[in-house]
Amino acid sequence: MQLHTLLVHELSELMEKKEVSCEELTRDYLQRIGQVEDKIKAFLTVTKEEALAQARAMDEQRARGEALPPLAGIPMAINDNICTQGIKTTCASQILYNFIPPYDATAAARLKNAGAILVGKCNLDEFAMGSSTEHSAFYSTQNPFDPEAVPGGSGAAAAVAVGEAAFALGSDTGGSIRQSAAFCGVIGLKPTYGCVPRYGLISYASSLDQIGPITRDITDLALVLNTIAGRNAKDSTSASVDGPDFKKSLVNSVKGLRIGLPKEYFKTGLAPGVAAKLQEAVRKLVELGAVCEEVDMPHTEYAVPAHYIISCAEASSNLARYDGVRHGLRVEAEDVLGMFKKTRIRGFGAEVQRRIMLGTHALSTGNYEACYMKALKVRTLVKRDFERAFEKFDCLLTPTSPTTAFKIGAKAEDSLAMYQSEVFTIPVNLVGVPAMSLPFGIAEGLPVGLQLIARHFDEGTLLRVGYTLEQNTSEIRPKPGLSR
Amino acid sequence: MKITEQAVEQLALLSRLDLTAEDQTAHTKSINVILDYLDLLNKLDTSNVEPAAHVLPLKNVFREDRLQPSLAKELALANAPEEEAGAFKVPRIF
Repeated sequence: MQLHTLLVHELSELMEKKEVSCEELTRDYLQRIGQVEDKIKAFLTVTKEEALAQARAMDEQRARGEALPPLAGIPMAINDNICTQGIKTTCASQILYNFIPPYDATAAARLKNAGAILVGKCNLDEFAMGSSTEHSAFYSTQNPFDPEAVPGGSGAAAAVAVGEAAFALGSDTGGSIRQSAAFCGVIGLKPTYGCVPRYGLISYASSLDQIGPITRDITDLALVLNTIAGRNAKDSTSASVDGPDFKKSLVNSVKGLRIGLPKEYFKTGLAPGVAAKLQEAVRKLVELGAVCEEVDMPHTEYAVPAHYIISCAEASSNLARYDGVRHGLRVEAEDVLGMFKKTRIRGFGAEVQRRIMLGTHALSTGNYEACYMKALKVRTLVKRDFERAFEKFDCLLTPTSPTTAFKIGAKAEDSLAMYQSEVFTIPVNLVGVPAMSLPFGIAEGLPVGLQLIARHFDEGTLLRVGYTLEQNTSEIRPKPGLSR
Repeated sequence: MKITEQAVEQLALLSRLDLTAEDQTAHTKSINVILDYLDLLNKLDTSNVEPAAHVLPLKNVFREDRLQPSLAKELALANAPEEEAGAFKVPRIF
Protein backbone atom coordinates (compact mmCIF):
# COMPACT_ATOMS: atom_id res chain seq x y z
CA MET A 1 0.00 0.00 0.00
CA GLN A 2 1.25 3.51 -0.78
CA LEU A 3 0.80 4.79 2.75
CA HIS A 4 2.62 8.05 2.16
CA THR A 5 -0.12 9.26 -0.18
CA LEU A 6 -2.76 9.04 2.55
CA LEU A 7 -3.92 11.84 4.84
CA VAL A 8 -3.25 12.06 8.56
CA HIS A 9 -6.81 11.22 9.55
CA GLU A 10 -6.89 8.28 7.13
CA LEU A 11 -3.64 6.89 8.54
CA SER A 12 -4.92 7.42 12.05
CA GLU A 13 -7.98 5.31 11.24
CA LEU A 14 -5.89 2.53 9.67
CA MET A 15 -3.75 2.28 12.80
CA GLU A 16 -6.79 2.45 15.03
CA LYS A 17 -8.28 -0.52 13.16
CA LYS A 18 -4.88 -2.23 13.39
CA GLU A 19 -4.72 -2.58 9.60
CA VAL A 20 -1.26 -1.13 9.68
CA SER A 21 1.27 -0.77 12.48
CA CYS A 22 3.08 2.42 13.30
CA GLU A 23 6.38 0.73 12.50
CA GLU A 24 5.15 -0.28 9.02
CA LEU A 25 3.92 3.24 8.44
CA THR A 26 7.18 4.80 9.61
CA ARG A 27 9.18 2.44 7.42
CA ASP A 28 7.01 3.38 4.45
CA TYR A 29 7.75 7.07 4.99
CA LEU A 30 11.47 6.45 5.55
CA GLN A 31 11.50 4.46 2.32
CA ARG A 32 9.77 7.32 0.54
CA ILE A 33 12.43 9.69 1.89
CA GLY A 34 15.12 7.33 0.58
CA GLN A 35 13.39 7.34 -2.80
CA VAL A 36 13.01 11.08 -3.45
CA GLU A 37 15.31 12.91 -1.03
CA ASP A 38 18.38 13.01 -3.29
CA LYS A 39 16.30 15.13 -5.67
CA ILE A 40 14.10 17.14 -3.28
CA LYS A 41 16.61 17.74 -0.44
CA ALA A 42 13.85 18.83 1.92
CA PHE A 43 15.67 17.58 5.04
CA LEU A 44 18.83 18.63 6.86
CA THR A 45 18.60 15.66 9.22
CA VAL A 46 16.65 12.42 8.87
CA THR A 47 16.00 10.81 12.25
CA LYS A 48 15.64 7.23 11.09
CA GLU A 49 16.69 5.32 14.20
CA GLU A 50 14.85 7.60 16.63
CA ALA A 51 11.71 7.40 14.48
CA LEU A 52 11.73 3.59 14.35
CA ALA A 53 12.34 3.29 18.10
CA GLN A 54 9.49 5.69 18.80
CA ALA A 55 7.24 3.84 16.34
CA ARG A 56 7.83 0.52 18.08
CA ALA A 57 7.06 2.12 21.44
CA MET A 58 3.84 3.47 19.96
CA ASP A 59 2.85 0.01 18.68
CA GLU A 60 3.42 -1.42 22.16
CA GLN A 61 1.20 1.25 23.67
CA ARG A 62 -1.52 0.45 21.18
CA ALA A 63 -1.14 -3.30 21.81
CA ARG A 64 -1.72 -2.64 25.50
CA GLY A 65 -5.05 -1.14 24.50
CA GLU A 66 -4.22 2.42 25.53
CA ALA A 67 -6.45 5.12 24.06
CA LEU A 68 -4.24 7.16 21.77
CA PRO A 69 -4.72 10.69 20.38
CA PRO A 70 -5.36 11.14 16.62
CA LEU A 71 -1.76 12.09 15.83
CA ALA A 72 -0.32 9.02 17.55
CA GLY A 73 2.05 7.22 15.22
CA ILE A 74 1.84 9.77 12.41
CA PRO A 75 5.18 10.60 10.70
CA MET A 76 5.93 14.32 10.83
CA ALA A 77 8.70 16.73 9.85
CA ILE A 78 9.76 19.82 11.79
CA ASN A 79 11.62 22.81 10.39
CA ASP A 80 15.20 23.06 11.59
CA ASN A 81 14.63 26.34 13.43
CA ILE A 82 12.37 24.62 15.99
CA CYS A 83 14.27 22.99 18.85
CA THR A 84 14.07 19.22 19.27
CA GLN A 85 15.68 17.71 22.32
CA GLY A 86 18.72 15.60 21.52
CA ILE A 87 18.32 16.16 17.77
CA LYS A 88 20.56 18.56 15.90
CA THR A 89 18.88 21.90 15.17
CA THR A 90 20.95 24.14 12.90
CA CYS A 91 18.58 26.86 11.71
CA ALA A 92 20.31 26.17 8.37
CA SER A 93 23.27 28.21 9.65
CA GLN A 94 26.96 27.42 10.07
CA ILE A 95 26.83 29.22 13.38
CA LEU A 96 24.63 26.43 14.82
CA TYR A 97 26.09 23.62 12.69
CA ASN A 98 26.50 21.30 15.69
CA PHE A 99 23.81 22.57 18.09
CA ILE A 100 21.91 19.84 19.92
CA PRO A 101 19.10 21.46 21.93
CA PRO A 102 18.77 20.30 25.54
CA TYR A 103 15.00 20.84 25.40
CA ASP A 104 12.02 20.64 23.05
CA ALA A 105 10.12 23.63 21.72
CA THR A 106 6.63 23.67 23.27
CA ALA A 107 4.95 22.90 19.94
CA ALA A 108 7.39 20.02 19.26
CA ALA A 109 6.88 18.65 22.79
CA ARG A 110 3.09 18.74 22.40
CA LEU A 111 3.29 16.77 19.15
CA LYS A 112 5.73 14.29 20.69
CA ASN A 113 3.41 13.82 23.68
CA ALA A 114 0.56 13.24 21.25
CA GLY A 115 2.60 10.38 19.79
CA ALA A 116 3.58 11.91 16.43
CA ILE A 117 6.79 10.41 15.02
CA LEU A 118 9.56 12.83 14.00
CA VAL A 119 11.17 11.60 10.76
CA GLY A 120 13.44 14.59 10.24
CA LYS A 121 14.32 18.26 10.41
CA CYS A 122 13.67 20.38 7.33
CA ASN A 123 15.75 22.83 5.38
CA LEU A 124 15.03 26.58 5.34
CA ASP A 125 16.77 29.83 4.58
CA GLU A 126 19.42 30.62 7.18
CA PHE A 127 17.58 31.90 10.29
CA ALA A 128 14.42 31.83 8.12
CA MET A 129 15.68 34.95 6.29
CA GLY A 130 14.52 34.36 2.75
CA SER A 131 11.78 32.91 0.58
CA SER A 132 13.50 30.16 -1.39
CA THR A 133 15.89 28.06 0.80
CA GLU A 134 18.69 29.42 -1.40
CA HIS A 135 20.13 31.16 1.67
CA SER A 136 20.45 27.87 3.57
CA ALA A 137 24.10 27.44 4.60
CA PHE A 138 23.91 23.81 3.42
CA TYR A 139 21.92 23.37 0.20
CA SER A 140 18.73 24.40 -1.58
CA THR A 141 15.53 22.40 -1.57
CA GLN A 142 13.81 21.71 -4.87
CA ASN A 143 10.20 22.35 -5.77
CA PRO A 144 8.39 18.99 -6.17
CA PHE A 145 6.53 20.30 -9.24
CA ASP A 146 9.54 21.67 -11.10
CA PRO A 147 13.21 20.82 -10.47
CA GLU A 148 14.20 24.32 -11.60
CA ALA A 149 11.85 26.18 -9.24
CA VAL A 150 12.23 27.11 -5.56
CA PRO A 151 9.98 25.56 -2.90
CA GLY A 152 9.50 28.81 -0.93
CA GLY A 153 11.28 29.48 2.35
CA SER A 154 10.57 26.18 4.02
CA GLY A 155 11.61 22.67 3.02
CA ALA A 156 8.78 21.34 5.20
CA ALA A 157 6.15 22.17 2.56
CA ALA A 158 8.10 20.24 -0.09
CA ALA A 159 8.42 17.28 2.31
CA VAL A 160 4.65 17.19 2.89
CA ALA A 161 3.90 17.65 -0.82
CA VAL A 162 5.92 14.59 -1.89
CA GLY A 163 4.89 12.39 1.00
CA GLU A 164 8.12 12.42 2.99
CA ALA A 165 6.02 13.41 6.02
CA ALA A 166 2.27 13.34 6.64
CA PHE A 167 2.37 16.84 8.10
CA ALA A 168 4.94 19.36 9.26
CA LEU A 169 5.64 22.33 11.50
CA GLY A 170 7.10 25.46 10.01
CA SER A 171 7.56 29.05 11.11
CA ASP A 172 6.24 32.23 9.55
CA THR A 173 7.78 35.69 10.04
CA GLY A 174 6.85 37.21 6.69
CA GLY A 175 5.17 34.30 4.96
CA SER A 176 7.47 31.26 4.97
CA ILE A 177 4.73 28.78 5.89
CA ARG A 178 2.12 30.23 3.53
CA GLN A 179 4.37 30.97 0.59
CA SER A 180 6.09 27.60 0.61
CA ALA A 181 2.70 25.89 1.01
CA ALA A 182 1.43 27.84 -2.02
CA PHE A 183 4.53 27.01 -4.10
CA CYS A 184 4.34 23.29 -3.23
CA GLY A 185 0.57 22.78 -3.47
CA VAL A 186 -0.16 22.06 0.21
CA ILE A 187 -1.98 23.88 3.03
CA GLY A 188 -0.08 26.19 5.37
CA LEU A 189 -1.46 28.12 8.33
CA LYS A 190 0.10 31.01 10.20
CA PRO A 191 -2.01 31.10 13.35
CA THR A 192 -2.80 34.30 15.25
CA TYR A 193 0.28 35.75 16.95
CA GLY A 194 0.24 34.11 20.39
CA CYS A 195 -1.97 31.15 19.42
CA VAL A 196 0.94 28.68 19.39
CA PRO A 197 3.72 29.23 21.96
CA ARG A 198 7.05 30.27 20.46
CA TYR A 199 9.17 28.75 23.23
CA GLY A 200 11.95 26.83 21.50
CA LEU A 201 11.48 28.51 18.12
CA ILE A 202 14.86 30.03 17.30
CA SER A 203 14.07 33.74 17.33
CA TYR A 204 14.30 35.82 14.18
CA ALA A 205 11.84 38.71 14.72
CA SER A 206 9.98 38.04 17.94
CA SER A 207 6.98 40.32 17.37
CA LEU A 208 6.33 38.68 13.97
CA ASP A 209 7.39 35.02 14.34
CA GLN A 210 4.75 32.33 14.67
CA ILE A 211 4.83 28.51 14.47
CA GLY A 212 2.19 26.82 12.34
CA PRO A 213 1.16 23.58 10.63
CA ILE A 214 1.59 22.40 7.03
CA THR A 215 -0.81 19.66 5.93
CA ARG A 216 -2.53 18.15 2.87
CA ASP A 217 -6.10 18.72 3.96
CA ILE A 218 -8.16 20.86 6.32
CA THR A 219 -9.19 18.04 8.69
CA ASP A 220 -5.49 17.29 9.22
CA LEU A 221 -4.87 20.98 9.83
CA ALA A 222 -7.52 21.02 12.57
CA LEU A 223 -5.98 17.95 14.23
CA VAL A 224 -2.49 19.47 14.32
CA LEU A 225 -3.72 22.88 15.44
CA ASN A 226 -5.74 21.27 18.26
CA THR A 227 -2.51 19.70 19.48
CA ILE A 228 -0.15 22.71 19.34
CA ALA A 229 -2.40 25.69 20.23
CA GLY A 230 -2.84 27.13 23.70
CA ARG A 231 -0.95 29.09 26.30
CA ASN A 232 2.36 28.03 27.77
CA ALA A 233 3.98 29.92 30.65
CA LYS A 234 7.40 29.80 28.96
CA ASP A 235 6.15 32.18 26.25
CA SER A 236 4.65 35.22 27.96
CA THR A 237 3.22 36.41 24.62
CA SER A 238 1.27 33.20 24.12
CA ALA A 239 -2.38 34.01 24.54
CA SER A 240 -4.50 32.68 27.34
CA VAL A 241 -7.36 31.49 25.20
CA ASP A 242 -8.91 28.15 26.04
CA GLY A 243 -7.93 25.94 23.15
CA PRO A 244 -11.10 25.66 21.05
CA ASP A 245 -11.76 22.38 19.26
CA PHE A 246 -10.92 23.28 15.68
CA LYS A 247 -12.67 20.17 14.39
CA LYS A 248 -15.90 22.02 15.12
CA SER A 249 -14.92 24.42 12.33
CA LEU A 250 -15.03 21.71 9.70
CA VAL A 251 -18.32 23.04 8.38
CA ASN A 252 -19.32 22.63 4.75
CA SER A 253 -20.98 26.00 4.23
CA VAL A 254 -19.98 29.56 3.46
CA LYS A 255 -23.55 30.74 3.08
CA GLY A 256 -23.84 34.40 4.00
CA LEU A 257 -20.14 34.70 4.82
CA ARG A 258 -18.80 38.14 3.89
CA ILE A 259 -15.47 37.89 2.09
CA GLY A 260 -13.41 40.99 1.28
CA LEU A 261 -11.16 41.23 -1.77
CA PRO A 262 -8.47 43.84 -1.03
CA LYS A 263 -8.13 45.90 -4.23
CA GLU A 264 -4.44 46.59 -3.68
CA TYR A 265 -3.66 42.86 -3.88
CA PHE A 266 -5.14 42.51 -7.34
CA LYS A 267 -3.28 45.38 -8.97
CA THR A 268 -0.17 45.25 -11.15
CA GLY A 269 2.37 42.47 -10.92
CA LEU A 270 -0.10 39.65 -10.48
CA ALA A 271 0.74 36.77 -12.83
CA PRO A 272 -2.17 36.18 -15.27
CA GLY A 273 -2.42 32.50 -14.32
CA VAL A 274 -2.70 33.39 -10.64
CA ALA A 275 -5.27 36.13 -11.32
CA ALA A 276 -7.40 33.71 -13.34
CA LYS A 277 -7.38 31.12 -10.55
CA LEU A 278 -8.33 33.77 -8.01
CA GLN A 279 -11.32 34.81 -10.10
CA GLU A 280 -12.35 31.20 -10.37
CA ALA A 281 -12.17 30.82 -6.57
CA VAL A 282 -14.27 33.95 -6.08
CA ARG A 283 -16.91 32.65 -8.54
CA LYS A 284 -16.99 29.34 -6.69
CA LEU A 285 -17.40 31.00 -3.29
CA VAL A 286 -20.21 33.21 -4.59
CA GLU A 287 -21.88 30.15 -6.09
CA LEU A 288 -21.67 28.51 -2.65
CA GLY A 289 -23.45 31.45 -1.07
CA ALA A 290 -20.65 33.74 0.14
CA VAL A 291 -20.80 37.48 -0.46
CA CYS A 292 -17.58 38.73 -2.10
CA GLU A 293 -16.88 42.46 -2.39
CA GLU A 294 -13.84 44.65 -2.94
CA VAL A 295 -12.27 46.51 -0.03
CA ASP A 296 -9.63 49.26 0.16
CA MET A 297 -6.47 48.59 2.11
CA PRO A 298 -4.54 51.75 1.23
CA HIS A 299 -1.37 51.09 3.26
CA THR A 300 -0.60 47.73 1.67
CA GLU A 301 2.45 48.96 -0.27
CA TYR A 302 4.02 50.31 2.93
CA ALA A 303 3.83 47.01 4.76
CA VAL A 304 6.94 45.53 3.12
CA PRO A 305 9.34 48.41 3.98
CA ALA A 306 7.93 48.65 7.53
CA HIS A 307 8.29 44.89 7.98
CA TYR A 308 11.83 45.01 6.62
CA ILE A 309 12.90 47.57 9.21
CA ILE A 310 11.13 45.90 12.14
CA SER A 311 12.32 42.38 11.30
CA CYS A 312 15.93 43.49 10.81
CA ALA A 313 15.87 45.52 14.02
CA GLU A 314 14.55 42.60 16.03
CA ALA A 315 16.95 40.19 14.31
CA SER A 316 19.97 42.36 15.08
CA SER A 317 19.09 42.08 18.74
CA ASN A 318 18.04 38.40 18.72
CA LEU A 319 21.12 37.24 16.83
CA ALA A 320 23.50 38.97 19.23
CA ARG A 321 23.47 35.76 21.28
CA TYR A 322 25.56 33.88 18.69
CA ASP A 323 29.00 34.70 19.96
CA GLY A 324 30.90 31.42 20.16
CA VAL A 325 30.49 31.16 23.93
CA ARG A 326 27.53 28.93 24.75
CA HIS A 327 26.83 26.89 21.65
CA GLY A 328 27.64 26.40 18.01
CA LEU A 329 30.64 27.59 16.05
CA ARG A 330 33.64 29.24 17.65
CA VAL A 331 36.58 30.64 15.68
CA GLU A 332 39.53 31.13 17.99
CA ALA A 333 41.25 34.50 18.38
CA GLU A 334 43.64 36.29 20.74
CA ASP A 335 40.99 38.09 22.72
CA VAL A 336 37.26 37.81 23.24
CA LEU A 337 36.24 40.65 20.89
CA GLY A 338 38.28 39.08 18.09
CA MET A 339 36.66 35.72 18.83
CA PHE A 340 33.16 37.27 18.58
CA LYS A 341 33.92 39.01 15.29
CA LYS A 342 35.65 36.06 13.62
CA THR A 343 33.01 33.60 14.80
CA ARG A 344 30.15 35.75 13.54
CA ILE A 345 31.65 36.57 10.15
CA ARG A 346 32.36 32.89 9.53
CA GLY A 347 29.10 31.65 11.02
CA PHE A 348 26.58 33.96 9.32
CA GLY A 349 25.91 34.09 5.58
CA ALA A 350 25.90 37.39 3.66
CA GLU A 351 22.11 37.87 3.83
CA VAL A 352 22.06 37.42 7.60
CA GLN A 353 25.05 39.77 8.00
CA ARG A 354 23.30 42.40 5.92
CA ARG A 355 20.08 42.19 7.93
CA ILE A 356 21.96 42.39 11.25
CA MET A 357 23.75 45.54 10.08
CA LEU A 358 20.56 47.10 8.70
CA GLY A 359 18.81 46.40 11.97
CA THR A 360 21.70 47.85 13.94
CA HIS A 361 21.49 50.92 11.70
CA ALA A 362 17.72 51.27 12.26
CA LEU A 363 18.16 51.14 16.04
CA SER A 364 21.22 53.39 16.30
CA THR A 365 21.21 56.93 17.67
CA GLY A 366 20.23 59.37 14.98
CA ASN A 367 18.27 56.78 12.97
CA TYR A 368 15.98 55.36 15.62
CA GLU A 369 13.19 57.94 15.17
CA ALA A 370 13.34 58.25 11.40
CA CYS A 371 13.72 54.54 10.78
CA TYR A 372 12.55 52.22 13.56
CA MET A 373 9.84 54.44 15.11
CA LYS A 374 8.62 55.37 11.66
CA ALA A 375 8.17 51.69 10.84
CA LEU A 376 6.25 51.08 14.08
CA LYS A 377 3.91 53.95 13.23
CA VAL A 378 3.31 52.56 9.76
CA ARG A 379 2.58 49.25 11.44
CA THR A 380 -0.30 51.02 13.21
CA LEU A 381 -1.62 52.27 9.86
CA VAL A 382 -1.48 48.79 8.34
CA LYS A 383 -3.26 47.45 11.42
CA ARG A 384 -6.02 50.05 10.99
CA ASP A 385 -6.54 48.94 7.36
CA PHE A 386 -7.29 45.44 8.65
CA GLU A 387 -9.49 46.66 11.52
CA ARG A 388 -11.59 48.66 9.09
CA ALA A 389 -11.86 45.76 6.66
CA PHE A 390 -12.93 43.40 9.44
CA GLU A 391 -15.73 45.76 10.46
CA LYS A 392 -17.39 44.80 7.21
CA PHE A 393 -15.99 41.38 6.33
CA ASP A 394 -15.60 38.01 8.08
CA CYS A 395 -12.46 37.21 6.17
CA LEU A 396 -10.29 38.42 3.29
CA LEU A 397 -9.27 36.53 0.17
CA THR A 398 -6.02 37.33 -1.69
CA PRO A 399 -3.41 35.48 -3.71
CA THR A 400 -0.75 34.04 -1.39
CA SER A 401 1.98 35.18 -3.77
CA PRO A 402 1.88 37.37 -6.90
CA THR A 403 3.39 34.52 -8.92
CA THR A 404 3.76 30.76 -8.75
CA ALA A 405 7.14 29.36 -7.63
CA PHE A 406 9.97 31.34 -9.24
CA LYS A 407 13.10 29.82 -10.75
CA ILE A 408 16.13 28.90 -8.65
CA GLY A 409 18.64 31.75 -9.01
CA ALA A 410 16.10 34.31 -10.23
CA LYS A 411 16.16 36.36 -7.01
CA ALA A 412 19.05 34.87 -5.04
CA GLU A 413 21.31 37.90 -5.53
CA ASP A 414 18.56 40.50 -5.17
CA SER A 415 17.60 40.80 -1.52
CA LEU A 416 14.75 43.23 -2.25
CA ALA A 417 13.17 41.20 -5.04
CA MET A 418 13.28 38.16 -2.77
CA TYR A 419 11.62 40.11 0.04
CA GLN A 420 8.93 41.46 -2.25
CA SER A 421 7.90 37.97 -3.30
CA GLU A 422 6.17 37.95 0.10
CA VAL A 423 4.33 41.21 -0.47
CA PHE A 424 0.92 39.61 0.16
CA THR A 425 1.87 37.58 3.21
CA ILE A 426 3.92 40.23 5.06
CA PRO A 427 1.07 42.58 6.14
CA VAL A 428 -0.51 39.69 8.06
CA ASN A 429 2.56 39.29 10.29
CA LEU A 430 2.63 43.01 11.08
CA VAL A 431 -0.98 42.80 12.26
CA GLY A 432 -0.77 39.37 13.92
CA VAL A 433 -3.99 38.02 12.40
CA PRO A 434 -4.28 34.38 11.28
CA ALA A 435 -3.91 33.50 7.60
CA MET A 436 -3.90 30.31 5.60
CA SER A 437 -2.66 29.38 2.15
CA LEU A 438 -4.86 26.92 0.34
CA PRO A 439 -3.85 25.27 -2.94
CA PHE A 440 -6.23 26.08 -5.75
CA GLY A 441 -5.25 24.38 -8.97
CA ILE A 442 -2.33 24.77 -11.32
CA ALA A 443 -1.13 27.59 -13.56
CA GLU A 444 1.48 26.69 -16.16
CA GLY A 445 2.45 23.53 -14.34
CA LEU A 446 2.85 25.07 -10.88
CA PRO A 447 0.43 25.25 -7.94
CA VAL A 448 -1.47 28.46 -7.14
CA GLY A 449 -2.16 29.43 -3.53
CA LEU A 450 -5.19 31.31 -2.19
CA GLN A 451 -4.65 33.25 1.00
CA LEU A 452 -7.50 33.60 3.49
CA ILE A 453 -7.11 36.07 6.34
CA ALA A 454 -9.37 36.35 9.40
CA ARG A 455 -9.67 38.35 12.63
CA HIS A 456 -7.42 37.66 15.63
CA PHE A 457 -8.11 34.17 17.01
CA ASP A 458 -10.67 33.38 14.32
CA GLU A 459 -8.78 30.47 12.76
CA GLY A 460 -12.19 28.78 12.74
CA THR A 461 -13.43 30.89 9.81
CA LEU A 462 -10.31 30.02 7.79
CA LEU A 463 -10.89 26.33 8.37
CA ARG A 464 -14.57 26.66 7.48
CA VAL A 465 -13.87 28.35 4.13
CA GLY A 466 -11.04 25.90 3.41
CA TYR A 467 -13.17 22.91 4.28
CA THR A 468 -16.05 24.14 2.12
CA LEU A 469 -13.78 24.64 -0.89
CA GLU A 470 -12.21 21.25 -0.29
CA GLN A 471 -15.64 19.57 -0.31
CA ASN A 472 -16.91 21.42 -3.36
CA THR A 473 -14.04 21.68 -5.83
CA SER A 474 -11.40 19.37 -7.21
CA GLU A 475 -8.75 22.10 -7.23
CA ILE A 476 -7.47 21.63 -3.70
CA ARG A 477 -5.05 18.73 -3.97
CA PRO A 478 -2.66 19.16 -6.88
CA LYS A 479 -0.27 16.25 -7.36
CA PRO A 480 3.43 17.01 -7.74
CA GLY A 481 5.25 15.94 -10.88
CA LEU A 482 7.42 13.48 -8.97
CA SER A 483 5.37 10.32 -9.37
CA ARG A 484 3.95 9.12 -6.12
CA MET B 1 19.00 58.20 3.21
CA LYS B 2 22.47 57.04 2.14
CA ILE B 3 25.16 55.39 4.14
CA THR B 4 28.95 55.72 3.72
CA GLU B 5 31.54 52.98 3.85
CA GLN B 6 32.83 54.43 7.12
CA ALA B 7 29.35 54.12 8.62
CA VAL B 8 29.17 50.48 7.50
CA GLU B 9 32.56 49.90 9.16
CA GLN B 10 31.06 51.24 12.39
CA LEU B 11 27.91 49.09 11.98
CA ALA B 12 30.11 46.04 11.45
CA LEU B 13 31.93 46.77 14.69
CA LEU B 14 28.66 47.24 16.60
CA SER B 15 27.37 44.01 15.02
CA ARG B 16 30.61 42.18 15.89
CA LEU B 17 31.32 41.22 12.30
CA ASP B 18 34.90 41.05 11.07
CA LEU B 19 34.25 42.43 7.57
CA THR B 20 37.02 42.49 4.99
CA ALA B 21 37.43 45.67 2.93
CA GLU B 22 35.82 43.84 0.04
CA ASP B 23 32.79 42.75 2.10
CA GLN B 24 32.47 46.30 3.35
CA THR B 25 32.22 47.71 -0.15
CA ALA B 26 29.71 45.07 -1.22
CA HIS B 27 27.54 45.53 1.87
CA THR B 28 27.60 49.33 1.55
CA LYS B 29 26.30 49.02 -1.97
CA SER B 30 23.53 46.56 -1.14
CA ILE B 31 22.50 48.34 2.05
CA ASN B 32 22.13 51.60 0.11
CA VAL B 33 19.84 49.94 -2.42
CA ILE B 34 17.63 48.83 0.45
CA LEU B 35 17.74 52.19 2.24
CA ASP B 36 16.63 53.88 -1.00
CA TYR B 37 13.64 51.58 -1.10
CA LEU B 38 12.83 52.17 2.58
CA ASP B 39 12.53 55.90 1.82
CA LEU B 40 9.08 54.99 0.51
CA LEU B 41 7.84 55.24 4.10
CA ASN B 42 8.55 58.96 4.12
CA LYS B 43 5.66 59.49 1.72
CA LEU B 44 3.38 58.84 4.69
CA ASP B 45 2.59 61.49 7.27
CA THR B 46 2.74 59.69 10.62
CA SER B 47 2.96 62.74 12.91
CA ASN B 48 -0.27 61.84 14.71
CA VAL B 49 0.11 58.08 14.69
CA GLU B 50 0.99 55.97 17.73
CA PRO B 51 3.69 53.33 17.19
CA ALA B 52 2.64 49.66 17.41
CA ALA B 53 5.39 47.50 18.87
CA HIS B 54 3.06 44.58 19.48
CA VAL B 55 -0.17 43.29 18.06
CA LEU B 56 -1.92 41.84 21.09
CA PRO B 57 -3.20 43.94 24.00
CA LEU B 58 -0.98 42.06 26.45
CA LYS B 59 0.35 43.92 29.46
CA ASN B 60 2.28 42.84 32.53
CA VAL B 61 2.12 39.10 32.21
CA PHE B 62 2.76 37.89 35.76
CA ARG B 63 3.36 34.48 37.20
CA GLU B 64 3.63 33.33 40.76
CA ASP B 65 7.06 33.78 42.26
CA ARG B 66 7.69 30.10 42.88
CA LEU B 67 10.95 28.21 42.71
CA GLN B 68 10.97 25.81 39.77
CA PRO B 69 13.56 23.36 38.51
CA SER B 70 15.75 24.73 35.72
CA LEU B 71 18.02 23.14 33.14
CA ALA B 72 20.73 20.97 34.73
CA LYS B 73 24.20 22.54 34.57
CA GLU B 74 25.65 19.68 32.51
CA LEU B 75 22.90 20.10 29.93
CA ALA B 76 23.34 23.86 29.80
CA LEU B 77 27.06 23.35 29.20
CA ALA B 78 26.69 20.44 26.79
CA ASN B 79 26.95 22.64 23.68
CA ALA B 80 29.78 24.86 24.94
CA PRO B 81 32.73 25.12 22.55
CA GLU B 82 34.92 25.27 25.65
CA GLU B 83 34.17 24.86 29.35
CA GLU B 84 36.06 24.65 32.58
CA ALA B 85 35.00 23.98 36.15
CA GLY B 86 31.30 24.15 35.34
CA ALA B 87 31.56 27.45 33.45
CA PHE B 88 31.76 28.66 29.85
CA LYS B 89 35.37 29.48 28.99
CA VAL B 90 36.28 32.45 26.77
CA PRO B 91 39.58 33.94 25.58
CA ARG B 92 41.08 36.78 27.61
CA ILE B 93 38.90 39.89 27.84
CA PHE B 94 41.73 42.48 27.85
